[in-house]
Amino acid sequence: MSPQTASSTLAQQSPAGGGGLPRLLPPPTSPSPFTGPADGGLAAHLRRHGPVPYRGDAGALIADVRAAGLTGRGGAAFPVHRKLEAVAAARPGRAIVVGNGAEGEPASHKDEALLSAAPHLVLDGLQLAAEAVGARRAVLYVRGDLRERTRLDAQMPERYAHRLDRVAVEIVSAPGRFLAGEESALASLISGGPAVPRFTPPRVFERGVGGRPTLVQNVETLAHLALIARYGPGWFRAMGTPDEPGTMLCTLHQADGSAGVAEAAIGTPLADLLDLREVSAVLVGGYHGAWIPAAQASALALSNAALRPAGAFTGAGVLAALPADRCGLVESARVVRYLALESAGQCGPCRSGLPSIAAALAELAGGDPGPQVLTDLSRWAGLVEGRGACHHPDGTVRFLRSALSVFAGEVRHHQRGRCSGASDLPFLPVPAGPSTDADWS
Amino acid sequence: MTTASRQDLAGRPAGPARLRVNPIACSGHGLCAELLPELISLDEWGYPLIAAQPVPPGLVRQARRAVTDCPALALRLDPAQKERRGGA
Repeated sequence: MSPQTASSTLAQQSPAGGGGLPRLLPPPTSPSPFTGPADGGLAAHLRRHGPVPYRGDAGALIADVRAAGLTGRGGAAFPVHRKLEAVAAARPGRAIVVGNGAEGEPASHKDEALLSAAPHLVLDGLQLAAEAVGARRAVLYVRGDLRERTRLDAQMPERYAHRLDRVAVEIVSAPGRFLAGEESALASLISGGPAVPRFTPPRVFERGVGGRPTLVQNVETLAHLALIARYGPGWFRAMGTPDEPGTMLCTLHQADGSAGVAEAAIGTPLADLLDLREVSAVLVGGYHGAWIPAAQASALALSNAALRPAGAFTGAGVLAALPADRCGLVESARVVRYLALESAGQCGPCRSGLPSIAAALAELAGGDPGPQVLTDLSRWAGLVEGRGACHHPDGTVRFLRSALSVFAGEVRHHQRGRCSGASDLPFLPVPAGPSTDADWS
Repeated sequence: MTTASRQDLAGRPAGPARLRVNPIACSGHGLCAELLPELISLDEWGYPLIAAQPVPPGLVRQARRAVTDCPALALRLDPAQKERRGGA
């Protein structure tokens, strides 16, 4: 991951709790989170933000979070206060809180960047969430191959020494699977099982880890929560839109092949985040997200309100500008094949349908497709949608349909045995080796 | 087949109910589609496609039978108006 350019244009030097960007990441005068020793140490954190602002009253934070309008930054944008309320309603002491940094999406690096640059904001948020719901157990769930894992382990005793934490935090490794961060898969793994989704209800906030009510929040969400606890809902709402307040971390994949993480106010024009010259389409929201033609994307902003009419949503903030010399069908076929391999294989329609869809899309992308390919794709998409225990088939179908729609001209090209892609260098990141059945735990 | 309102076997009024399959438990035996073809068909891989509408009162008895007879215990009869909460 190279130091990225977008945040340097967006970010302004600002005092802690002030009005500028970045809020979560270190000020731009600090070493980059991707290069040097990041500004993630406890001393720097305490200088910038002070100690954990406990309220001494379980639930007092919930009103602030509701007023702030904070939504989950893991992709679903669910109102955080509603989950807090649901888990707080459990018998005191029974609840568990989990900071979710599994980040199974191969194109997303924002949780990794946050855990590297500002781990103590995440850990503060975990403590505050535990206080808000009356939890006596907290888990930080991060990828097992996280580069910062050793540093995270070392930070725990330091926090205890400073008496910052009231609830002991256990760090649990997530397998590097696309679905490892799905709430019920997470609850299963932390309970000692494989990281595969389960049938709901009951939802994880009702019965999660070890059967206990479990609050699962993305690590970025916890970092925002830690700032709201300090600076208040009015400060939080000073950025973003009235309906979607605050900032969010984005992973930006530029057409020149560079990639980086930037913090942007919700509502920022996509054209301020991505260089859209020589770009054919923009992937928004990751591999469960949607393609948007570049000309349309250049007029859209980073918010669900702006993206919804284009069939997209912010998700976990993945934005990728597809270079004009690549074939969108070829790129999409690689992603769909990956998604088919990442099916947990538990539900019949997903287990049977996704490989069929992947094979048909590969046939189309390869040129010389059979006459039935589009009909098959359309029928299979309808047959897998809404029929999984989790949303993996739905997200895969969303991505597939947007590819067939946005690259419709390219589909016609391929039906005539042509392809307008001048380069066959892969663009979107897809893990090299196929996953195996053995690595769900 | 009648669509008139009925009571269930225990004599309770049959409230609106919806069939739901647990797709993890379902192994595609197909028995449900044989017992309740009015509401359940099978897709091309053998897994049940369940009609979206609530179970009509006249079919509640067959629906219960399909639920109890499922070899994988994968079929459920849920209250039709049950609220589902999101979140991830």
